[in-house]
Amino acid sequence: MEDRISEEDEYEELADDQKVAIGKWFLLNAPPGQVSQVAKDVREVLMDERLYDQAAKEAFPEYNVKNMISLEMPDGSGQVLLTEFGQLDRSRYLDPRTASVAVVDHVKQVCTEVRPADDEDLPSAYVEGFRFSVDAALMKYVDDAFQGGECSVYCTKGKDVEKSGGEFELTVVICNSSYSPKNFRGGCWQSVWRVLINEELRTATLQGTISVNAHYFEEGNVQLESSRKFNDTVTLQVLNTCLAYGHHP
Amino acid sequence: MEAAMDLMRRMPPSLSQQALDSLLALLPAHSSELLSRSDQPLQVAYDEEFDKHYLLCDYNRDGDSYRSPWSSKYKPELEDGVQPSPELRKLEQEANEVFAIYRDQYYEGGISSVYVWEPEDGKGFAACVLIKKDGSDGGDGRRGLLQEGAWDAIHVVEVKEDQERQMGHYCLTSTVMLALTTANRASGPFSLSGSITRQMESDISLEPGHLCNMGRLIEEMESKLRNGLDQVYFGKTKEVVFTLREPLGVMSASSHVGQTLQRMIVNDLAHSR
Repeated sequence: MEDRISEEDEYEELADDQKVAIGKWFLLNAPPGQVSQVAKDVREVLMDERLYDQAAKEAFPEYNVKNMISLEMPDGSGQVLLTEFGQLDRSRYLDPRTASVAVVDHVKQVCTEVRPADDEDLPSAYVEGFRFSVDAALMKYVDDAFQGGECSVYCTKGKDVEKSGGEFELTVVICNSSYSPKNFRGGCWQSVWRVLINEELRTATLQGTISVNAHYFEEGNVQLESSRKFNDTVTLQVLNTCLAYGHHP
Repeated sequence: MEAAMDLMRRMPPSLSQQALDSLLALLPAHSSELLSRSDQPLQVAYDEEFDKHYLLCDYNRDGDSYRSPWSSKYKPELEDGVQPSPELRKLEQEANEVFAIYRDQYYEGGISSVYVWEPEDGKGFAACVLIKKDGSDGGDGRRGLLQEGAWDAIHVVEVKEDQERQMGHYCLTSTVMLALTTANRASGPFSLSGSITRQMESDISLEPGHLCNMGRLIEEMESKLRNGLDQVYFGKTKEVVFTLREPLGVMSASSHVGQTLQRMIVNDLAHSR
């Protein structure tokens, strides 16, 4: 229990880039909804604004996409979900529902600008028809089951398919996170479903992953992490049948 | 320093060792405070002389060496490492034997260690009882359910004696760290980890002796913690998941659908009066 006073009183100072790496690690591992508190702590612990800014610059883009943060679009058209599927570049994200591109400031977690998307970033009218109906059914489902979750449907393959008989893939993303400090709890549910539709074979292949993270911190710190994968193939009748399947994993 | 402790509370418990190492590297001047204030899973060392294992913590540490509760010797060797007084050492030896039996009864395996010392103000004494069990397939796990499972309990008791009234004042602070990971094929990887801390104070007659009093307090505390863990780990986290995503087939009073129905019924009742 006693500390020996030794020559190790001159402590070895960490290199700047090591400190930044540590700051970044803490930020990336912040539990759902707590990144701003973690950021405040990291700032104090690094004791150097410059190093904190560097760590934040590197960590926030990764954190925001990994945690599927949703940001309010300034033109009032709703929220844009930041995911790897909609990422056009480090600060621009596609919102398929409004066919626009959002420019974001990751560190401030704010959407600074919205503009209409270019044609080349959007799927063909044919594919968009499917995407749109999946999105509409999805929004209703998310509203019923998730109370406050955000969702989006992206076309991740075959977006230039112009007519039937081809193959394309839609990726459905659902993210709901909650943080209630007065109840000492927070959590995040993420579902990612890849639906590969092959009209020639009349099949739809579903591949899904659900990841859940729950955090409870009254008189302690308890965290749950779980994820589950699903795989199935159904024959195409109507696209809504596929979505009904997705309701009951 | 407070910022560092706050970070430790927020980081996923499964990463707490790495979080602590990072903070120690960033704030070397605060290392002794960080080490004493944050709870880490207990590490194990081996006492060759007695052919027994013992647990490492801040209370049996002197510099970089740790004292075995069986031989009372430091490893790596230290010429004048801190030793408890002869009376305290006797209590310590008895306590280690008694708790080894307790541990075997309740845990069917595992490792325990007890360390006793005199606090800085010289009044009374303090003791810590450590218990560690590895319930994974590779460890003591009997039922083969867990891929990884670890229970680490740290109980610190501060005792003050009132000789006149023959009463002892016992203040117990206990922390249990529990980590579970299962990975069965049907449900995928699932991990639950964390810690909870509780405190308890009690005035007990000195007649049965310190060991008996402390033992009873710790037994009571561990039972409470064990139940608390059940409620918190499984109950609370399940609640959190439910608020994130409701199981649609289930109608309950707190669900979205349930609440809407309730409102409708109340409105109808109010109108029909």
